[in-house]
Amino acid sequence: MANVFIYPTTSLILSDLVARFGHKPLSAALQVREIIQTPGIESPPLQITPEDPKKGLRWAAVEVPSGVRGRMAIYGPLLDRAEAAIIVNNAEYSFGCMGCARTNELLTFLIRKKGIPVLDLEYPTTEEEGVEFVAAIRQFLDSLGGGGS
Amino acid sequence: MNTYIPRLVGTVTKYVFVESPEMTPSDLAIRAYEISQGVMIKETCFGLQVTGNEGDVNRIIEFLRSLDQTHIFVKDRGFPPGDPRRCRANLGGARPGYFGHEFEIGLIRFISSGLAALPNRAPGVVAKPPSPRATPRLDAARLKAIIESQES
Repeated sequence: MANVFIYPTTSLILSDLVARFGHKPLSAALQVREIIQTPGIESPPLQITPEDPKKGLRWAAVEVPSGVRGRMAIYGPLLDRAEAAIIVNNAEYSFGCMGCARTNELLTFLIRKKGIPVLDLEYPTTEEEGVEFVAAIRQFLDSLGGGGS
Repeated sequence: MNTYIPRLVGTVTKYVFVESPEMTPSDLAIRAYEISQGVMIKETCFGLQVTGNEGDVNRIIEFLRSLDQTHIFVKDRGFPPGDPRRCRANLGGARPGYFGHEFEIGLIRFISSGLAALPNRAPGVVAKPPSPRATPRLDAARLKAIIESQES
């Protein structure tokens, strides 16, 4: 079973398919869960404290805005555990503020820089594309080994 | 600064989405309640949220998936159901994250078709998925030429 980073990190489709084909999807929810289940200082809604942009320095330089570094404190630990990645490009719902946009760019850059197997896709818009989309993910995950479905 | 004491520590929450012509969220909820054994099940408009220790949640999810393999989809959730920081009862309007679900549920029928077609697919046939659009980027030489034309 490989740890597979998914992007967009909240994707239902990718999370389901990776788990269905016997691997572990690394989605944002895992890290959010860990943060909100850790006691500390109350900082709603996501329990992001001033410490988190400091943690983000592991993945982003000090001159990078704190909004990006704070977000990287969520995604960075997942990235470190990733053994493979599936990226769906141009996902409309991953559109957000400038902090989100820059974090998304940094994330995809770091994934490619890490040198792990990456599958690049677009969301399907027809039934035929859906069939190929699922088959491509299945083939990619099979090539990682250790899965099973 | 107030001290933060988390609730439901050690639990996991998973969303179960159902987009099936043969099963509704309430059908799914009834089947989940039958085997819940103390696990928290919350019925929603799109399916369920299941909260409990990881082993129990996985057991329930595995059973629910078997009811309609190609039309039931599962993903992790960070917050437990009803958390005041996320619940729309406290915030008003759609819950953060809802728009992502709305977008993907619109495409999920294509994924269901893909899952249904998978067993009939000949082994060794290379998949040709929709590949990223090659959007033309501004060439560095062209950018340089633009800058120079402005400076002169």
